[in-house]
Amino acid sequence: MPDVVLAGVGGQGNVLSARLLAETALRMGYDVKTSEVHGMAQRGGSVVCMVRWGEKVCSPLVPEGRADFLLAFELLEGMRYLRYLSGEGTAIVNLYRLDPLPVLRGDAEYPPNAREVIRSYAARVLELEARAMAAEAGNPRAAGSVLLGVLSTCLDFPDDVWREAMVAVVPSKAVEVNLRAFSAGVAFGRRGD
Amino acid sequence: MKRALLSGNEAVALGAWCAGVRVAAAYPGTPSTEILEELARYPDVYCEWSPNEKVAMEVGIGSCLGGARTLVAMKHVGLNVAADPWMTLPYIGVNAGLVLAVADDPGMHSSQNEQDSRYYARMAKVPMLEPADSSECFEMIRAALELSERHDTPVMLRLETRISHSRTVVEYREERRTVDLPYEKDAVKRVMIPGHARLRHPVVIERLGDLQRESESSPFNRVEMRSTRIGIVASGVCYQYAREAFPEASLLKLGFVYPLPEKMLHEFASHFRRLYVVEEMEPWIEESLKAMGIDVVGKARIPRDGELDPDVVARSLSELMEMDTGVRGGGWSPPAPRGTPPDQSVLPSRPPVMCPGCPHRGLFYALRRNKAVVSSDIGCYTLSVLPPLSGIDCQVCMGAGVGMALGLEKAFASSEANAGKAGKVVGVLGDSTFIHGGITGLIDMVYNRTLSTIVILDNRTTAMTGFQDHPGTGRTLMGEETFALDLAELARAVGVESVRVVDPWDLAETEAAVAEEIAAPRTSVIISRRSCVLRERQEGFPYRVNEEKCDACKRCLRLGCPALVMRDEAAVIDEDLCVGCSLCAQVCGRDAIEGVGGYA
Ligand code: SF4
Ligand code: SF4
Repeated sequence: MPDVVLAGVGGQGNVLSARLLAETALRMGYDVKTSEVHGMAQRGGSVVCMVRWGEKVCSPLVPEGRADFLLAFELLEGMRYLRYLSGEGTAIVNLYRLDPLPVLRGDAEYPPNAREVIRSYAARVLELEARAMAAEAGNPRAAGSVLLGVLSTCLDFPDDVWREAMVAVVPSKAVEVNLRAFSAGVAFGRRGD
Repeated sequence: MKRALLSGNEAVALGAWCAGVRVAAAYPGTPSTEILEELARYPDVYCEWSPNEKVAMEVGIGSCLGGARTLVAMKHVGLNVAADPWMTLPYIGVNAGLVLAVADDPGMHSSQNEQDSRYYARMAKVPMLEPADSSECFEMIRAALELSERHDTPVMLRLETRISHSRTVVEYREERRTVDLPYEKDAVKRVMIPGHARLRHPVVIERLGDLQRESESSPFNRVEMRSTRIGIVASGVCYQYAREAFPEASLLKLGFVYPLPEKMLHEFASHFRRLYVVEEMEPWIEESLKAMGIDVVGKARIPRDGELDPDVVARSLSELMEMDTGVRGGGWSPPAPRGTPPDQSVLPSRPPVMCPGCPHRGLFYALRRNKAVVSSDIGCYTLSVLPPLSGIDCQVCMGAGVGMALGLEKAFASSEANAGKAGKVVGVLGDSTFIHGGITGLIDMVYNRTLSTIVILDNRTTAMTGFQDHPGTGRTLMGEETFALDLAELARAVGVESVRVVDPWDLAETEAAVAEEIAAPRTSVIISRRSCVLRERQEGFPYRVNEEKCDACKRCLRLGCPALVMRDEAAVIDEDLCVGCSLCAQVCGRDAIEGVGGYA
């Protein structure tokens, strides 16, 4: 029963990515549960979403130490939710830094070793410039679809199911860009670096 | 049959539509907001954003008496506002069914307190159902409406964040059956003068007995018998946590939670040495079971604050369960991580912040320059409490900024310890919350001759909950154009002498207005008006820092704009984030910040 944790900053689109992943798992016939964050936490705050599927899912929340995949939309948030990752878990990391308020005002330091910490904790790490790749695909805000593309190469959901889910969940004017971003992620995942 | 992944809120809306709800009213509040937003998409349902939860409840009462199945939705603290009609509604009863969907927020993801709405069911003697996933949300809304009609009582559907905002699979038929009941006058039953109310209270008490019998046989209460060594009672999402944490345990899953199925509970308890109650927040089930003479373990082990998850449940109970079962950890196997995850407490926190270009920023900058004592209420502007703006002194609930300002001023006025502060009090609130609960406070200020200043942060929407319309926006929930309440005219009409409108992107104007109104010995209202930048993209161009001119004085950082950072001896603007509000350029003393595209 795979558990996926999507960690990022409000506004980065991880709520939509979580929906997309969940919709794909649903179309594969699984029982699926997600948990999302709305409201205050979305104003640039730390946002974590969870997606679980399998024959039967109980809790919508993933217990700490159980996630098979961590999709880090941002480095510090990846670090923050690393504790959810299991001993065999894979971290898919967007090499992107967004300074939180305490860092902006100079009261705290952005952890200089975020990459190393994630590398040393996760069993497997896939690092990529998802934002830049999404920008190349047409919109930097589609970084989530790049990360999902990478994730898709670790799962056994057929490509066309992902695409159907994309059409069902993503607002129609953004589908094209997200499909291109997704493909960029798939290509990266297949290269296997 | 259709199969879809729905959030609890979406499932409530879908279920309400299928069950024939014709009227629905709510005030937006996380995590309940999407219920009405979703329901408004369906045909043949009148849906409204009410000015506040009390009005929503009253609209609901009228509509159920009028023969239409009715849904009223709000968040937990909203029920405090609606508590007055809520407490008497069970006396007069319904005609067609009325369901109140109320969403709690354990862990306070987006709330000011962690109150437990279940007490409102018991206090009002109203039956309560609690779904454990979206599928039950869908089923229970119909069941609740039927229960409501069968027993002539409102029914509470209790939700919480992890039900409302979790997506789970729902299988359903998209069919709608409406109910249309005749209205007949019955003043003895529906006009609660004391003489009538005395007749009705015994009816309410007797009804509880009938409801209790229904609870015993409700399909929403069920026993899942497994090991006879561990017995757990749980409802809602806590049922899911308990199920996952202890797969071998026997469970009594409550769905018809009030009144409790006492016989069923006694019978279940008889199999075990003791029972465990897994519930979030207050020991509501636990206390009831103890009153029934059942030996239970609950809050002695399980936290009373914050939210639970399978992990917390397992860690809280595994030691005791080990004693009960002789099995290590009671059957729970903690995961084995690869190393030690980073220490949370040393990572920089990432609190929510006001957006780059947020119209509230300029106003709070001006308040700070004027050293105001600021009482506030709840909205995006509450985020200005954090440094560097540090814009708020106190805040409790919707609309409260006004009354609190009045109280502060009166206390300061007769104080030596706080000499000089009486003239510095400013109450702030939003456009939507002014209408929700601020207007009566403003009438009080004029009536009782207060000198303080009220600022209405008018961003033309209810931003925090996701941009809902309200009586000031000129548009209804159902998308119709309507009269737009003019807040300035309203303030003048209640007798406020000085009412002025400023653009918070113009710092000089805003600072001057704040300084003048604070100093002036009269009740005054400043309307700080500009649309929320997330709601309406503004016609700005990004700004850029001229490194030659910037001497790293950090004055611009006092705005707390997330697009602006100090890097290596100069400020830097993230051009992707900057919306070109120009505030930083206005603040900079060295003209080092320049518009890129010539924004004027
Ligand atoms: S959503 Fe609108 S009102 Fe809220 S912080 Fe952002 S710009 Fe300001
Ligand atoms: S102009 Fe300055 S204050 Fe305004 S959004 Fe851009 S960086 Fe922030």
